[in-house]
Amino acid sequence: MLVSLTSTTPVATDLGFLLHKHPDRVRSVDLGFGRAHVFYPEAAAQRCTATTYVEVDPFGRTRRRDRHRAQGLEPYVNDRPYAASSMLSVALGRLFRTALTGRCDDRPELVARRLDIEIQLPAVPVRGGAEILGRLFDPLGYEVECSPIALDSQFPAWGDSQYVAARLAGRQTVRSALEHLYVLLPVLDDAKHYWIGPEEVNKLLLRGGDWLGCHPESELITRRYLRLPGFIREAQARLADAGEDTDLLGVQRDAAEEAAEAPIRLGEQRLEAVLQAVRDVGAGRVVDLGCGEGRLLERLLAEPAVTCAVGVDASVGALERAERRLKLDQMSERRRERIRLFQGALTYTDSRLQGFDVATIVEVVEHLDPERLDVFADVVFGHIGAASVVLTTPNREYNSNFERLDARGLRHEDHRFEWTRSEFEAWVRGIAARYGYSVEISAVGSSAPVCGPPSQMAVLRR
Amino acid sequence: MRRQLARIDVPEVGLVVLCGASGSGKSTFARRHFASTEVVSSDQCRALVSDDETDQSSTAAAFELLHYIVGKRLELGRLTVVDATNVRAEDRKGLLELARRWDVLATAIVFDLSVAACLAHNEQRRDRRTPAHAIQRQHDTLRRSTKRLRRERFARVYTLGSTEELDSVEVARNRLWSDRRDDTGPFDIIGDVHGCHAELLSLLDRLGYDTEADPIAHPAGRRAVFVGDLVDRGPGVVEVLDVAMSMVAAGNALCVAGNHEVKLRRALAGRKVNVSHGLAESLEQLERRGPEFAERVAEFIDSLIGHYVLDGGRLVVAHAGLPERYHGRSSGRVRELALFGDTDGETDEFGLPVRYPWADDYRGDAAVVYGHTPVPEAVWVNNTICVDTGAVFGGELTALRWPERDLVAVPAVAQHYQPVRPVDAAEEASPRPPRLLDVGDVLGKHHVQTALAGRVLIEAERSSAALEVMSRFAVDPRWLVYLPPTMAPAAASDRDGYLEHPDEAFAYFRKAGVAEVVVQEKHMGSRAVLVVARNADAAQARFGISNDQDGVIVTRTGRPFFAEPSPAGSLLDRVRAAADGAGLWDRLGTDWFIVDAEVLPWSVKAAALIQRMYAATAAAGTATLGEARRMTADAARRGVDVEALTARTADRAEHIAAFVDAYRRYCWDVDGADGIEIAPFQILAAEGEVLARRPHRWHLEHLDALADHAPGTLRRTDRRFVVLSDEAAIQQATDWWHSLTDGGSEGAVVKPAEPIATTGAGFVQPAIKCRGREYLRIIYGPEYLEPANLAGLRQRSLGRKSSLARREYALGIEALDRFVASEHLSRVHECVFGVLALESEPVDPRL
Repeated sequence: MLVSLTSTTPVATDLGFLLHKHPDRVRSVDLGFGRAHVFYPEAAAQRCTATTYVEVDPFGRTRRRDRHRAQGLEPYVNDRPYAASSMLSVALGRLFRTALTGRCDDRPELVARRLDIEIQLPAVPVRGGAEILGRLFDPLGYEVECSPIALDSQFPAWGDSQYVAARLAGRQTVRSALEHLYVLLPVLDDAKHYWIGPEEVNKLLLRGGDWLGCHPESELITRRYLRLPGFIREAQARLADAGEDTDLLGVQRDAAEEAAEAPIRLGEQRLEAVLQAVRDVGAGRVVDLGCGEGRLLERLLAEPAVTCAVGVDASVGALERAERRLKLDQMSERRRERIRLFQGALTYTDSRLQGFDVATIVEVVEHLDPERLDVFADVVFGHIGAASVVLTTPNREYNSNFERLDARGLRHEDHRFEWTRSEFEAWVRGIAARYGYSVEISAVGSSAPVCGPPSQMAVLRR
Repeated sequence: MRRQLARIDVPEVGLVVLCGASGSGKSTFARRHFASTEVVSSDQCRALVSDDETDQSSTAAAFELLHYIVGKRLELGRLTVVDATNVRAEDRKGLLELARRWDVLATAIVFDLSVAACLAHNEQRRDRRTPAHAIQRQHDTLRRSTKRLRRERFARVYTLGSTEELDSVEVARNRLWSDRRDDTGPFDIIGDVHGCHAELLSLLDRLGYDTEADPIAHPAGRRAVFVGDLVDRGPGVVEVLDVAMSMVAAGNALCVAGNHEVKLRRALAGRKVNVSHGLAESLEQLERRGPEFAERVAEFIDSLIGHYVLDGGRLVVAHAGLPERYHGRSSGRVRELALFGDTDGETDEFGLPVRYPWADDYRGDAAVVYGHTPVPEAVWVNNTICVDTGAVFGGELTALRWPERDLVAVPAVAQHYQPVRPVDAAEEASPRPPRLLDVGDVLGKHHVQTALAGRVLIEAERSSAALEVMSRFAVDPRWLVYLPPTMAPAAASDRDGYLEHPDEAFAYFRKAGVAEVVVQEKHMGSRAVLVVARNADAAQARFGISNDQDGVIVTRTGRPFFAEPSPAGSLLDRVRAAADGAGLWDRLGTDWFIVDAEVLPWSVKAAALIQRMYAATAAAGTATLGEARRMTADAARRGVDVEALTARTADRAEHIAAFVDAYRRYCWDVDGADGIEIAPFQILAAEGEVLARRPHRWHLEHLDALADHAPGTLRRTDRRFVVLSDEAAIQQATDWWHSLTDGGSEGAVVKPAEPIATTGAGFVQPAIKCRGREYLRIIYGPEYLEPANLAGLRQRSLGRKSSLARREYALGIEALDRFVASEHLSRVHECVFGVLALESEPVDPRL
């Protein structure tokens, strides 16, 4: 990976003093992941460029990396040696430690001087689109130019890569230019090569304390730089103390609520409808098939009539999250006895699922391949055979009211299908007739004209 | 004075209950005659639960434990000796219940020594003496109940009356009558004969027996096994009995009892029986032959047992079939089941008993061959087969040849008897391929028994990981009868500039004692398994799939290969047409087959991965290294010393260019199915045979013929056969590998020419891959060939990967074996699921 810093303010070679690096020499330093070099491809009075070039040792890197979390060959074949990233920040931090602290013992008058500076990045990742470069650097006084890099010229259909070649030009002190790169390179990349610990908050405040507070994207910068919610809150609180008129916490709160409101309301309505149905059938023993993270189970436990709630999911990850959400390890013994979580799949018979008053199946069927629905029905209605079954699924007709849909016009990439009201009804009535249940279908969420409610629910009783 | 007892016979599988007062010598006796693990003693259980074997307060807990251990041992079919006083009937009752529950014979050994002798023993004990009054009481209690012991349903009761007797008696272990595991056949298992003498002779004739000889014998020593119901209904009952009795007597045949023999026996004993269902015919024919013959028949029937376990436990013969847990067990219930089947008294519209379809649930390792209920055609269901094809009702008399599993049948010369229920009607009740699998079959830690690698362990966390994939993403498990195993690479090569080379693969196979290998071109695409049925009817009949699908293409993790149905459909159509053209259906005698293949190009399945990982890395690398070359050149021009850096940068730029070339070779644009190629390299199975056991030469020839009928869709696999003692051939194959990989091929796979090669230590790796040096940039990164990097990579360890490859291969072949033998879906699924579960083991993904 590589970045070049050019000064065009005469005498441009002053850059050498500011960076503490002689223009005629190569300065190299060993880093844990490779070796970084600074050299000057040009050094004239009108124009002087210092290039920082990091030779990453990909084999050294993978040896140290915690491999168990990575998938497949990704740890071995990746863009890390080439694309500008947090490793480049580390290199800048090591090579220009003195410049970053704002010291220049030989020519102290240069430190505060703004120069015409150009930064060249041949391959910088821009997660979330190239416009993010402008959002990050414009407010800091840079003129941003970038040209896209194609994924593969031989396969134009693949489109552009997530990297651009960028040129940033602006009047900056050398120190602030280095600070901007130090903080914003990992933000652009939205990934860090090392474990993010609490000291990151200090680093961020050290390098960005002067300008981050008034940067319009400070929330994004903080979030991406720190990546862990706890650290983000801490940093934001400390920034809010330092800044005078920026209530960062307030800004974030509003944004979060706005973004979350719409989906949560439907989710809430759905859970409420299912709970009401469970109350109506007067169930004591409830099994939630496809319990996910346990949102419904949490509410079921709050129902005094529910003596036993069992959550089943095919995903071990989801069950672990449910366990944390329900705080199973802290539950009193009496409460703990009312709940059980275990792994299961609705295309296999499972005697542990038999003998319940009601089985709830909330937003699950649409995750099954249509060919497996018959087996699913055999298992749920034939084999498990709960006295009542409460089942919800999206109403596809309503989708026109949503903005975010996948390429097929469905609400989730893993949805194998979504039913219209009549399709759902036909399927449910077929099931009811085959397995001897009566059925009642109702709407979930407020109905829109013509296309009906966002979600639909069937309550089947033996 | 009773004669001194010289020998005690105990069944190999059974319960032995020692009864006697403290100090009567039970423990010493048990130690002398049984292994310590076979003896479960109350003292020992008391010590286990309370640290003190004399602690009477823990007696209840100790006996609970004792019963638990005894139950588990009997469940596993282990001889179990209970060393406790057992002097009261109620002490023994719980043990007898366990014996009954697990269908084993119970033997009582009574230690009827005098109180004085017991007391004398007791005195010699240092640590745990029982009070004298307690011994007296135990002795009296035992005396009172010994007479009733027989009535308590002990199969045998032995009494030891003196210390001398106790010291001199021998204990013999006897095999159960049903246990003929060491008898490996070969056998011809013959369905219900019912007095069809002419048909029996012509069947024996067809089977190659010398029917002129008396008794009838097979020149090659094959033996007949009659599944019972020799008698009743037909015209030649006496003649059939003559044949069977003489063959059994001469050791040329085995025979299990049928319900008709049992009823006939009761009639011969003068009991009052209903003479319907053809008994009248038997009695009348026997009457004509005279009383002496009838007596021999009675003796013969008395000698017949309910079922046989044969051929190492791989074959079970019982008249009405037998669920797995009763194999090799011995009780009234087992005999009833073997003779009459599982009935609960319910009868059908014809007044015949309704039988529980036990074969539907059968998941056993042993093949069960039975008769009893006439079926129109003998078919395998879950590794069981009914060979009663209703000869006496005008059907056929059928035999199953074992171990060949071939069916041989002769038509009835006439309808000798009118069935109460039409034979076809039985089909309605006959088992269908089950659709539902139980989570208990796959979840949790379990073992899968495989023919190739013995028991393969699947850890709970592995099956847990697989369940999510299997239930959410995989195709219908009825299609999923195979998943391909992973493959180990050759050991690292120490040649300059190479990480893998065929030399190491040749060396491996030579060392393993393989004489000939085949080197096959390794196509670079995505692994796929194609299940091809001739049409939707064939798919329905063999796979039980009823939604008009006639095949699938699945990935190595069992998912549909294509997100959309259309490319798979037209590719399968093309393969099917090629099979028509090549006459493959007839040559294989099948209407379905399964192929292991590579689907090309790589980009058709892996486009997202290629773009995200490979093209992205290449784009960033090309841009950055281009800039780095310009910058270093500028600096050099200024006289800055960047020589070494410039040289390294130039190398890096070359590496990244080669990396781009490496992945680009495996990418091209496709339009639906057009442009997609399938490179099959093995026909895994077809009706009646696991073809994966055939030599690779056979596969490649058949696949060439197939490829010729689908140019543009099916690709041939180029190969070289190499006899490992032929250095010139090895050199030629190596040169060929160099030319392949220099031309951009992924490399080659070296396999034993006979696919399942075994050595003393088990079977050798079924395949070793030798990947080309340019291709490996895709795996190890653009710069792996730098000498320093390569040196590090050579340290790779293959042990885990090789072991995984063998276990997965064994599971795959086992899945095919079971599917071809029409075993229960869950028995096939367990293997396929196991492959997927093993695939979640953490192994270096670069291998």
